[in-house]
Amino acid sequence: MAVLNDEQQMLKDMAAEWVRDRMPITALRSLYDHGGGGRSDAIGYDPECWAEMAAMGWTGIIVPEAHGGSDFGYQSLGLILEELGRTLAASPLLSSALGAVTALRLGGDAVQQERWLPGLADGSAIGTIAFEEGAHFAPERIATSATLSGDQWIVNGRKHPVQDGMAANIFIASARTSGQPGDRDGLTLFVIDADAAGLTRDPLDQIDARRPAALTLKDVTIASDRVLGEVGKGADLIDAIVDRAAVGMAAEMLGASAQAFDTTMDYLKTRVQFGAIIGSFQALQHRAADLFGELQLTQSAVEDALIAIDDDAADISALASLAKATAGETLHRISAQMVQLHGGIGMTHEHDAGLYLKRARVAEQCYGSTAWHRDRWARLNGY
Amino acid sequence: MVESEASEDRDFRLEARAWLKANFPASLTNVPGLLFQGDRHAAEANADYQLWRARMTDKGWGVPTWEPRYGGAGLSATQAKIIGEELTAIGGFNPIRSYGTMMLGPTLLEYGDEAQKLEHLPWIASHERRWCQGFSEPGAGSDLASLQMRCTDMGDHWLVSGQKIWTSGADQADWCFALVRTDTSRKQGGISFLLIDMQSEGIEARPIVLISGSTHFCEVFFNDVKVPKGNLVGQVNHGWSIAKRLLQFERNSLSEVKADITPLAPMAHDYLGTDALGRIDSPDLRARMVRNGMRHAAYMATVRRFAQEAKNGGPSHGVSTLKNLWSGIIQERGELLIELMGANGLGWSGDAYAEAEREATRAWLHSKAFSIYGGSYEVQNNITAKHTLGLPG
Ligand SMILES: Cc1cc2nc3c(=O)[nH]c(=O)nc-3n(C[C@H](O)[C@H](O)[C@H](O)COP(=O)(O)OP(=O)(O)OC[C@H]3O[C@@H](n4cnc5c(N)ncnc54)[C@H](O)[C@@H]3O)c2cc1C
Repeated sequence: MAVLNDEQQMLKDMAAEWVRDRMPITALRSLYDHGGGGRSDAIGYDPECWAEMAAMGWTGIIVPEAHGGSDFGYQSLGLILEELGRTLAASPLLSSALGAVTALRLGGDAVQQERWLPGLADGSAIGTIAFEEGAHFAPERIATSATLSGDQWIVNGRKHPVQDGMAANIFIASARTSGQPGDRDGLTLFVIDADAAGLTRDPLDQIDARRPAALTLKDVTIASDRVLGEVGKGADLIDAIVDRAAVGMAAEMLGASAQAFDTTMDYLKTRVQFGAIIGSFQALQHRAADLFGELQLTQSAVEDALIAIDDDAADISALASLAKATAGETLHRISAQMVQLHGGIGMTHEHDAGLYLKRARVAEQCYGSTAWHRDRWARLNGY
Repeated sequence: MVESEASEDRDFRLEARAWLKANFPASLTNVPGLLFQGDRHAAEANADYQLWRARMTDKGWGVPTWEPRYGGAGLSATQAKIIGEELTAIGGFNPIRSYGTMMLGPTLLEYGDEAQKLEHLPWIASHERRWCQGFSEPGAGSDLASLQMRCTDMGDHWLVSGQKIWTSGADQADWCFALVRTDTSRKQGGISFLLIDMQSEGIEARPIVLISGSTHFCEVFFNDVKVPKGNLVGQVNHGWSIAKRLLQFERNSLSEVKADITPLAPMAHDYLGTDALGRIDSPDLRARMVRNGMRHAAYMATVRRFAQEAKNGGPSHGVSTLKNLWSGIIQERGELLIELMGANGLGWSGDAYAEAEREATRAWLHSKAFSIYGGSYEVQNNITAKHTLGLPG
């Protein structure tokens, strides 16, 4: 682990303890319907836990002090997300305290920041980014349109999946103010209220029980002071937000990988077959040693990316893709091995292995899949 | 298809083709047979399936190589293969295929006495008696021989007590072939092979929910269950060699490929788009799909080569190798399929996901079992290392 300062170490310890206490894996399990899928009455997060997170200041970690936050930086937020990832804790922290806050920090003017950041910082508002419109993450390939009518924008289209979209009251949504799907030119970001007239949302029943939303925007009227950044020039801003959101997700995936690994190691140390603890079989020892190596790569890649963001380094995009793709590969393997090494019990819904496997595949796709980030890393590095 | 086919085989092929064409219900074309194999209720509810089952039963073609008195058609292995090929060619499936035909039947043919064969084989051949496999126990998985379920000789019957787990289809099964302990002083040498009527008093099967949401397997409790003396197959305490033989049949059937898997390429073009050169528009995913497709092609060639070699008296111990290759290729394919579907491959229920998408997701989850049951990946590799490669251990 990178050397943490005292504040960061304290934060990490506190987060670990709180998560163990308040959001153990059973909290996620309670969002599941019998046999899988999300419970239809579940809203995807626990308001009480959210209030506690806010009270601990987690929602304002990257919000500037002037707007009610602590400005501790992405590294600190990453530590918390990692701990939440360990128990697959379902909360809008990544979407709101990282995604939406980042969008406002990077794209908002002073008035917009003062308007929305304090609410996001104290947890009274929940935000999320709504960039996607289909099966595959492709922020440029969007069709949602925004047309100017007088001094207002009229937005039409569908955004899905939107992470924590059922919990959010503010969406940072992308729309096309000109050009064709696929063009980088013509993308614009808008801050849209969840209760805006013409906006409807439906939950998607996903394997990880998180229930993201599908938004439908029908002639939604948006005032021009709700445009983030420059009209038609949102592509770079979107990239920068995606970089940071992907790194946040990678931090969560690091935690999930580490816990899936630890739980599996515990099993290898207790399960007896052939008169021996199965962890004494060399084939399994080597598997464990290999996975341990993968975990090391992931931890370094995630930490480097978080530090780069805090330092506003020049190579954030490449490091973000490295972190997300490495975390994706590691979690993919560890979650599958978690099932495999538990044998029959790993195949049951009652066991946690399946929960890690399901969350893993969702996380792998979120904010750019492993393949997407590999391709981007390749392009950025001249392959 | 095969130019060099002997003329009597050629004649049989034409006969089989004509009969299948006339008798296979069109409504079942390309329906996965596993649907009915695994689900009694689905089977009972489908009239065309029942018709198809009855026709194949009369013809004896569900188990073509078995003697007619056991419900088969007394055909040669080559003829059986021809039926399978012709069935595949019309998008059909064998409605009789079951644990009974794949595992217990061949085992009884080798080890059962005549009374046992006559009592059970015809019901297997008509798929009117569903079987489950009561081998694994909580403490005995890979190390199957450490099983504990007690079977005591009570003079005029056996008394069985203990627990089985991961028993596929136990809640729907009529009968169970089980491994039981008849001697506690020896490990392998204290195991017997017993046929148990699931209607017997004292049996309770509790379904366990799988990660795919299905309740495919159960834990089964046996509480002082009385079993007739004649239900023990082979000799007392000789069950382990019977079990090993049965596991060979099981592994064989698991790595047996009935039909080619559908290629991923067309779906990938749909979901990912096509680039200017006509390639799937995701270089990374494309490369991995290509690798999977090529491994599958080479796997199919290997299956054919092994079969040829076995016919010529060549090596026959490839079953463990084949099972690991097959499960690996299929598991990877399942991963690639949901990955190419992107967010649409992550759904559990609801109209936002097409039925084919939801099925792909469940199938991907279920495929994780392929490297666990029938002898895990690790256990198969141990067998290959020891028996095929002669490595010490
Ligand atoms: C979907 C499904 C259906 C099933 N259906 C049936 C059924 O109908 N009837 C039935 O009897 N059983 C059934 N099984 C049980 C199956 O046979 C067992 O799960 C399997 O034998 C593994 O045993 P276990 O679960 O106890 O795992 P364990 O044996 O405890 O294995 C745990 C892990 O340790 C590894 N391991 C164990 N020994 C070694 C070794 N020597 N070297 C290296 N690694 C090792 C295993 O490979 C595995 O990864 C089913 C299982 C599944 C998943």
